[in-house]
Amino acid sequence: MTVNKWTAAQVARKVIENKELFILDVRNKNDFDDWKIEGHQFEYLNIPYFELLDGVEEILPKLPTDKEVLVVCAKEGSSVMVAEMLSDAGLDAAYLEGGMKSWSMYLEPIKVADLADGGELYQFVRLGKGCLSYMVISENEAAIIDAVRFTDVFINFAKEKGVEIKHVFDTHLHADHISGGRHIAAETGATYYLPPKDAGEVVYEYTALTDGLTVQIGSAKIEVNALYSPGHTIGSTSFVIDNKFLLTGDILFIDSIGRPDLAGLADDWVGDLRETLYTRYRKLAEDLIVLPAHFMIIDELNEDGTVAKPLGDLLKENHGLNIEDEQEFRSTVTDNLPPQPNAHVQIRQVNMGKITPNNDEQTEMEIGPNRCAVR
Amino acid sequence: MNITKTLDAKGLACPMPIVKTKKAMDTIHSNEVLEVMVTDKGALSDIPAWAKSGGHSIIDQKEEDGVIYFYIQKN
Repeated sequence: MTVNKWTAAQVARKVIENKELFILDVRNKNDFDDWKIEGHQFEYLNIPYFELLDGVEEILPKLPTDKEVLVVCAKEGSSVMVAEMLSDAGLDAAYLEGGMKSWSMYLEPIKVADLADGGELYQFVRLGKGCLSYMVISENEAAIIDAVRFTDVFINFAKEKGVEIKHVFDTHLHADHISGGRHIAAETGATYYLPPKDAGEVVYEYTALTDGLTVQIGSAKIEVNALYSPGHTIGSTSFVIDNKFLLTGDILFIDSIGRPDLAGLADDWVGDLRETLYTRYRKLAEDLIVLPAHFMIIDELNEDGTVAKPLGDLLKENHGLNIEDEQEFRSTVTDNLPPQPNAHVQIRQVNMGKITPNNDEQTEMEIGPNRCAVR
Repeated sequence: MNITKTLDAKGLACPMPIVKTKKAMDTIHSNEVLEVMVTDKGALSDIPAWAKSGGHSIIDQKEEDGVIYFYIQKN
């Protein structure tokens, strides 16, 4: 039997459409436990490829015979080998093209909403890494917020839509993934904005993103308003778009809140985080739809694949917004934190422009989950 | 350390470094040492995990000029 090749885009459709999939992950147990392809209805078997060199007979009873088995490894090579062995054994087997590396890089643009006067708001979901980027389109102009490093995806999307990218924002200096923001701006002539309080060490030119800054997209009245909301970093800034959407960056997620420790200043920033979540955000309209810069678990995805929920719902349901005792809050976000994201110190240096790794090195740095949250 | 055999797996991508390491291991005797040279970063976690699953010991390991050296003693 022939072995099929799946692309990351095909796997993404299975996740978003809530389909079943059986994944045989042939990476190390540690790698699998740390980070895998998450789907609502996915089943998994993890057997390292090097335990299958003498044959796959022993694992055949654990594999389904009535549906395709998708074999996944780090880069592709081992999954091709194992998929061919399974196919020779009579199973319907496929492998993931480019392995977890391509899964980590795949971006799925999903429309969140139509805005006034024909405008549109898109969320770019990076399923493998849990990163969320945004594009606001109005008339012939676009603004991008928290772009990941795959600049072509955003630039080509804007071309397809026939819009010019005018403004590119980063809500903060990211520590879990490499920003594409200033590169998109350089390529398109757009203005690149970064909060100055996060930019103390950056070595490139940028425009200051400060509280109250307003830009208008297109000639229609679609406004992007900046709201200073420190805590994850000291510069972290949120956006209110079209008076309907609240882009929270890494401050507030659907089922968790931001962590204050990724720049090494947890104790200094925990008070800011408290102030943002318990005072600043509470002054906003509860019907604003929260659009965060990350998701951590697949349950945070809506049925259409978007990650979005009214602020009012989060104020009721999100544990991190319901810790009345200040001391308890402080200990929740500074003690017993999950491990920090892979290579977060180097990633911050890349985002400051201090180091310029090649594409393969950037891929290596971004391996693994984002881990920006505290639950 | 007495090296019984050397395997040059430089430039090879996963899974070939492990496939070749396994074959080379089959040709040496218990307690003898195989030296493996690889450039694929995936080997950094995969070779120790494979050795552990087969009961072999990594008795030394180093990285020089982008080449990773493993010294694996057969069980």
